[in-house]
Amino acid sequence: MSADTAFQPPETLQPVLTGLRERFPEAVKEVSGHRGEVTVELDPAHLVEVATWLRDHPAARFRLLADLSGTDYLKLDDRPERLCVDYHLYSFDHNTRLRLKVRVGVDHPHVPSVTGVWATANWHEREVYDFFGVRFDGHPNLVRILMPEDWKGYPQRKDYPLGGVDVEYIDAHVPSPDTRRYKGGWTST
Amino acid sequence: MSETPPTNELVDEVVVRPGEAHDLPPTPAAERVEMNERRAQQVVAMGGGDWAEVTARAATEGDDDVMVINMGPQHPSTHGVLRLVVTLRGEEVTSLQPVVGYLHTGIEKSTEFRTWVQGVTFVTRMDYLSPIFNETAYCLAVEKLLGVQAPPRAQALRVLMMELNRISSHLVWLATTGLELGALSIMLYGFREREEILDILEDVTGLRMNHAWVRPAGVSQDLPDGTEDKIRAFVADMRGKADEYETLLTNNPIWLERTRGIGHLDLDRLIDLGVTGPMLRAAGLDHDLRKAQPYCGYEQYDFEVPIATGADVYARYQVRMAEMRQSLRIVEQVLDTLPDGPVMVEDPKIAWPARLALGPDGLGNSPAHVRHIMGESMEALIHHFKMVTEGFKVPRGEVYVPVESPRGELGYHVVSDGGNLPYRVHVRDPSFVNLQSAAPMVEGRLLVADVIAALSSIDPVLGGVDR
Repeated sequence: MSADTAFQPPETLQPVLTGLRERFPEAVKEVSGHRGEVTVELDPAHLVEVATWLRDHPAARFRLLADLSGTDYLKLDDRPERLCVDYHLYSFDHNTRLRLKVRVGVDHPHVPSVTGVWATANWHEREVYDFFGVRFDGHPNLVRILMPEDWKGYPQRKDYPLGGVDVEYIDAHVPSPDTRRYKGGWTST
Repeated sequence: MSETPPTNELVDEVVVRPGEAHDLPPTPAAERVEMNERRAQQVVAMGGGDWAEVTARAATEGDDDVMVINMGPQHPSTHGVLRLVVTLRGEEVTSLQPVVGYLHTGIEKSTEFRTWVQGVTFVTRMDYLSPIFNETAYCLAVEKLLGVQAPPRAQALRVLMMELNRISSHLVWLATTGLELGALSIMLYGFREREEILDILEDVTGLRMNHAWVRPAGVSQDLPDGTEDKIRAFVADMRGKADEYETLLTNNPIWLERTRGIGHLDLDRLIDLGVTGPMLRAAGLDHDLRKAQPYCGYEQYDFEVPIATGADVYARYQVRMAEMRQSLRIVEQVLDTLPDGPVMVEDPKIAWPARLALGPDGLGNSPAHVRHIMGESMEALIHHFKMVTEGFKVPRGEVYVPVESPRGELGYHVVSDGGNLPYRVHVRDPSFVNLQSAAPMVEGRLLVADVIAALSSIDPVLGGVDR
């Protein structure tokens, strides 16, 4: 993501970032800042140990997994790992926030589950699986949560059209909303 | 009935304050595994065709005492289209599964195909009991990406409307909870006062809900004449009404029987489940984003964060009642200190469509603006056309902006690719997260009649859960 050129993390987060780099040199890929928010990109293989450390270490104490969301970077950059999972952490003790980021490719979209670290991740991970098709290894029941369970495809990926459902009437066929143009009759672009 | 008579005063002796020395141990691993395993046993998804499977499984397990009951998704007590699959042994609930998704409308996906300004009209429809919070959080996120700030008057008006909205949201919670527990009068009173707030919101925004009133970098309309007096009259009136509610409920033996000790979950478990808002404060944690990480100028106003320590349905009632009173205090202070000035930034590229006027055919561009673009300036017409069709561009980047909604932390994770449409808008809706606490609150602890009380103390809004 576009990082501010002279990025200086907030003082409250310094010990956490230093600790992270020392303890997990192989897991931390990049630390960046934008608009005052700090993002740490991690190697998915080390996600659970880093998350546990962040939750329990006195300098971090990120007890609340505030949010877990997915993004498809297909049209944003050229990296082959186009699926991204963001973890937004909050620490009640230090009143700080931190974003963790892991990226995986669509051909092998496997990320370890953090349900063992924060129980709240359960539904969040089901949601990201539902919309982006990321498999969270170790999740107790990874099934769709908002879409019907027999739905095909992952609707919030960038190559999935809006709506995506063609509508058939008796004598007409209406293509999905983002592909249709009305020229005296429905046509697909 | 307990021996010590409850009071209106909230207990604040054993309160946990963030930053102070307190130790919240993580949930023991064994308990966590056991909890997850219980979750894994059977999951019902929203298709509905799974019902035969559920009952067949119950039948083959060979226990005649076990009964599986399906509640919803059209059950009035479930606060919207929420479906609960409840397994009972006698009257005791052994398992409870919330099934969600019936109201999913793909709002997050839809915002990716509309301009940044149009996004407001989508997000306001998520949590339909607190639309102003959705709009504000989304606009704060867009403003953070843009690097602009709304003018002071717009910030103050947002606070004013958010606090009125918080009261109306809590009133619906109070009314429906009363209804479900058989306190019919409180239902009528709650909706009566909520109607007055909706009248005020309608005066200001033109609509009772789905306002689309807060816009990136400001608000769309200033307060109309006379609204300030109307709000002041409401605040004075509402104080007395809140006393009336408390007279009805706070020491009411039936209310106490139905709410005290029901739906108890300790603070540690609540945090582990990601629960925020009144439920967390009812378990003794002094955490409110308006104080912890202020936005929209909340640091200027003098108010308290109500805390209770019961961690049960009654404590959540105490906290929400006290929050309504604090919101009234904030509303009064905003009116007293309301700064003058514009309600939208000066930059015309971002400000459209803010200078609207009410004409015979509804709200639209003001006659002065129409005269300007149609008769005076060709460039103005071109600009108008570009702004309406394309909107403005937002610099590349991503932000996460949380606000304290009536249900807890409402967070917007917004990603921009530098274009005129959002690249990704993800909403951390507190109802979605808090609903996960329903099962641990109920399973193996409560009787079936108490499920309703426990569930309504979560105050889920399914428009927000399903998005």
